[in-house]
Amino acid sequence: MPAALKQFTDTYLMWNEGYLIWISDILIALTSIGIVATLTYFKKWKWLWKEWLTSVDHKRIGIMYLIAALLMMFRGGADAMLLRTQLASPNSHFLTAEHYDQIFTTHGTIMILFMAMPMIFAMFNIVVPLQIGARDVAFPYLNAISFWLFFFGAMLFNISFVFGGSPDAGWVSYPPLTELGFDKGPGENFYLLSLQISGIGSIATGINFLATILKMRAPGMKLMRMPLFTWSVVAASIVIIFAFPALTIALALLMLDRIVGTHFFTMLHGGDPMMFVNLFWIWGHPEVYIVVLPAFGVFSEVVATFARKRIFGYTSMVASLLLISVISYFVWAHHFFTMGAGADVNTFFAVASMMVAIPTGVKVFNWLFTMFRGRISFELPMLWTLAFVPNFIIGGATGVMLAVAPADYQYHNSYFLIAHFHQVLIAGPVFGLIAGMYFWWPKMFGFKLDEKIGRIAFWLFNIGFYVCFMPQYALGFKGMQRRMYTYPAGMGWHTLNLISTIGAYIMGLGFLFIVVQIVYSIKYGERDLTGDPWNGRTLEWSLPSPAPHYNFAVIPTVTDRDMLWVMKQEGREGELRRINPDAIADIHMPKNSGRPFLMGLAFFVAGFGFVFNWYVLAVIGLVGVALTMILRAFEWDDEYHILAEEVREVEAALGRL
Amino acid sequence: MAVAHTTVAPHQHVADKPLEYQNPVQSVKILGFWIFLATDMLLFGCLFATYLVLRTHTDGGPTPHDIFDVRGFTIETFVLLTSSFTGGMSTLAMRNGNKRQLLTWLIVTIALGLTFVGFEASEFVSDALRGATMQRSAFLSAFFTLVGTHGTHVSIGIIWMIVTAIQVAKKGINPISARKVFVVNLYWHFLDVVWVFIFTVVYLSGVVM
Amino acid sequence: MHKQSVKKWGALVTAVLAAALLSGCGPQYLVFHPVGPVGKQELNLIITSVILIAIVIVPTLAIFFFIIFRYRNTPGNKAKYSPEWSESKVLEVVWWSIPIIIVGILSVFTAKTTFALTRPPEQNVNPMTIEVTSLDWKWLFQYPGQGVATVNYCEIPTGVPVQFVLTSDAPMNSFWVPQLGGQEYTMPGMAMGLWLQADKPGQYYGHGANFTGRGFAHDDFTVIAASNSDFNKWVSQTKSSAPALTMADYNKLKKPSTMGTASYSSFPKGLFDNVIWSEGGRYMPGTMNMAGMASGNSTAMSNSTAKSGIANEASQSSSSNK
Repeated sequence: MPAALKQFTDTYLMWNEGYLIWISDILIALTSIGIVATLTYFKKWKWLWKEWLTSVDHKRIGIMYLIAALLMMFRGGADAMLLRTQLASPNSHFLTAEHYDQIFTTHGTIMILFMAMPMIFAMFNIVVPLQIGARDVAFPYLNAISFWLFFFGAMLFNISFVFGGSPDAGWVSYPPLTELGFDKGPGENFYLLSLQISGIGSIATGINFLATILKMRAPGMKLMRMPLFTWSVVAASIVIIFAFPALTIALALLMLDRIVGTHFFTMLHGGDPMMFVNLFWIWGHPEVYIVVLPAFGVFSEVVATFARKRIFGYTSMVASLLLISVISYFVWAHHFFTMGAGADVNTFFAVASMMVAIPTGVKVFNWLFTMFRGRISFELPMLWTLAFVPNFIIGGATGVMLAVAPADYQYHNSYFLIAHFHQVLIAGPVFGLIAGMYFWWPKMFGFKLDEKIGRIAFWLFNIGFYVCFMPQYALGFKGMQRRMYTYPAGMGWHTLNLISTIGAYIMGLGFLFIVVQIVYSIKYGERDLTGDPWNGRTLEWSLPSPAPHYNFAVIPTVTDRDMLWVMKQEGREGELRRINPDAIADIHMPKNSGRPFLMGLAFFVAGFGFVFNWYVLAVIGLVGVALTMILRAFEWDDEYHILAEEVREVEAALGRL
Repeated sequence: MAVAHTTVAPHQHVADKPLEYQNPVQSVKILGFWIFLATDMLLFGCLFATYLVLRTHTDGGPTPHDIFDVRGFTIETFVLLTSSFTGGMSTLAMRNGNKRQLLTWLIVTIALGLTFVGFEASEFVSDALRGATMQRSAFLSAFFTLVGTHGTHVSIGIIWMIVTAIQVAKKGINPISARKVFVVNLYWHFLDVVWVFIFTVVYLSGVVM
Repeated sequence: MHKQSVKKWGALVTAVLAAALLSGCGPQYLVFHPVGPVGKQELNLIITSVILIAIVIVPTLAIFFFIIFRYRNTPGNKAKYSPEWSESKVLEVVWWSIPIIIVGILSVFTAKTTFALTRPPEQNVNPMTIEVTSLDWKWLFQYPGQGVATVNYCEIPTGVPVQFVLTSDAPMNSFWVPQLGGQEYTMPGMAMGLWLQADKPGQYYGHGANFTGRGFAHDDFTVIAASNSDFNKWVSQTKSSAPALTMADYNKLKKPSTMGTASYSSFPKGLFDNVIWSEGGRYMPGTMNMAGMASGNSTAMSNSTAKSGIANEASQSSSSNK
């Protein structure tokens, strides 16, 4: 091999690092070839571009978010399996320290930012316009931009695995460890730029959904008549809007340190690493509420539907959502009680953190009393919701334990902490979004996911969860720190680690069953012909599954909370399901556009350029971004009409006239 | 209007509203932009916080007192405040339906914006020539980043205003172009407000300290 | 048949719980076996918080299982069904107030202990100071009172409150000796205090708790608690037999590597404070005072003394990664 080529393969492709890389390269090559070949064979390129990549339809964007989130869950989960395999026995040499460090970094970053975030955005997109009786979000074009920024951000992050090297300083990426002096490689740049790009998309999504919910509700839907999932989106959007700018700044300043050579967080020349820690957690703590609040919203919908009862204490539920989003800004320092703040500061943040338990506890009680004197049926969405309750109660309890500052001195950075946040993040967002996925799947695709395989997946994942994470609490008390790539034999950590690893495998198996379930159900799943497979309560279930492109042929007028349910009680649901043909008028819809995709691509190119300090590439990318924005400014004709006649035809074909 | 139907029936009181708010699709966009400004404000908030933490971290290099040029930043302030006024005049002209006046005021605002950016750039260059680069100390990193971010915002605003002016010239004044003029001016006023904070928190207190 | 299987499961669950409880008492649960007042106070607080929380969550879990059993949707379920019942002021007041009360009580305990831990655990005994510097990936302990220094192990007398003054001359780390008490970060440019005390002689496991890169897993150290006389013996032995720590040695220690233990009969004067000063301590007068007080050095430090002897960190000052 010529020397230049060898240098290229060693530096950028990391072929000198061994078989893990080679396997990944081959897998990625095969997958790419497979996708390209399939699309070409079935002549689907045009379809892909016209129907999906250029779509501004919230339902399609939601589905794309969902697919991306599931793929990322697979990637993050595969990382977790590698980590647990390494830790199964003491003094293990399955992974080197370098590889272990990279893998726990990508595991954390992907799960929070490229799995949980797109998963909640999938739910936002799929559900909110349908629940509030709108035809799309406030800014459909911006919505597409958000998705493509997320997508290309995630691509940029994932490509680091096989090109240039992954970040390896943890998902919190504290300087000075992440400064050039200690971390030269492009990995950290990948982290900074990919989070920055997808973060811009997230801010845009927050703005979009807040505006949508404030301005585009169906007539008569007052704020206090909104379904609780929509309320949870309001709360999460507010948190996004107020928290993400701090991340943007934290990342930008660290990037300047690394690329331009400034001294925000360096050890010398006056830099202050603590500043990064503060900025990061001013975003980072609210971030966990961003991902958990929509899950609370899902649970509220599911509990009411499957207990066949009105949600208990609606007003308290709304109040507690908003209270949580407010408190979330006053607790960030509990991530570093041990960083030498004064006793007064620590006490303040400890008490504030415990206070989160108050509105959260109220929500749990309200869910319980929604089921009290109800009629509970145990279908998949409800199973996951029920599993969430005890799980989250334990996770919440250990959360309060962690909030006790002096006790935290003993838990911090130990496996106790690891067990706690996995418990709240898995029981909350993951269970919640899986419940939501099952719940709204028929609305997205027109068929249900298979119940039997789903139950197997459910039990595997749940049992696996406890087997995996309960031992980690004990490991924390035994003094095991997080992020150790290996541990000595004499500490008594071995058995618990082995049990934990077995649990992780069981969870992985559970995930595979979900995949099997999806594939099986595409062919054999029960078709949803009514549009209302669960005996639903809110407006989205008055539409056919999947909903037509324009959602509502005629925008309904809302007179009650649980609109559909009330109408069912009064025997009037036909009013929503049978459309008066004369009431149908022409509908304006936003036009599809390829520009959001190209803009995402341009961001990717710019990001890639900055990662390697290839400024020509970076400038080309930025020019592309500017160009797409200016072209958009000159686009005046971005809507088209669906004629009333066409709408009537569609509705007639759906049997709704 | 179907896509952006509002909770209020769309055709009520249309005449009472300013032109940019009359079309509900456009009025939602204005709300969205207000929310965006909230995020941008927080962005600057974080930069201000960083600056306040790091402003004494001079590493033995230039201090605020050494590099701030009273004449320079006074002129910058004056120019930018005036441009905010002329921007306001352009909105007024838009509401009066006077296209020529609107374009004139936009061009004046753009010119003032360019002047501001020019002064700021020359300030930065002269600082750098004296060794006060953003790599010198944490204080200078924070200073250049905060003020530079504002300058970048202004530069983007200038391009945006040019693009808007071209559209007004081509399409005249209508609900869409009215909204565009209104929004770009909102942005411009916002930058003015941020500058007032930079003027006081960074420059004035830096010179006094 | 059914009853029997319930019994069987019950026995199994009891056995597992008992095993868990017993193993919880095992000496390898370091946090449960504190050997000093700080660790004990923290353990007490942990137990208090668990009890307070259990008061809420155990009944809640019981109610949860009762409800899903009682109100399941099976034909012939005679339990009451009231689909429209969704408000009860009384109930809501009850469950807003329960967590408020519990959090209130817990807050009081938290505040008390938080403040208590900033004071020396023993008021009647003269405390001693040890200056701790975390390096990549080793721990340097300097004894300003005794004039000796060690790497990766730390000898302390029993029954004496020790003020560990912590800093880092590498990415931030965290100083944790579970059996003595909770951790505190070591951060460049800052000097942070942590009071610990051992009441029993023995060797205690310590480890860097915050991730610092490649060598992190091997970043452990031992705290050896010995009686006062043994401690003094150790000091004089170290003084007479160990080599001196020179500036050159220190710069070598700073280079990323892992190593065993080492002892030094002396260390460069002002090393600890100078490191802090040059890495940002000069911008935090409060912190420097504390370090100065703790080490018994004069706090007045000029820029020039700070520069002397501290090798400029080449790796940090280079700003380009081309």
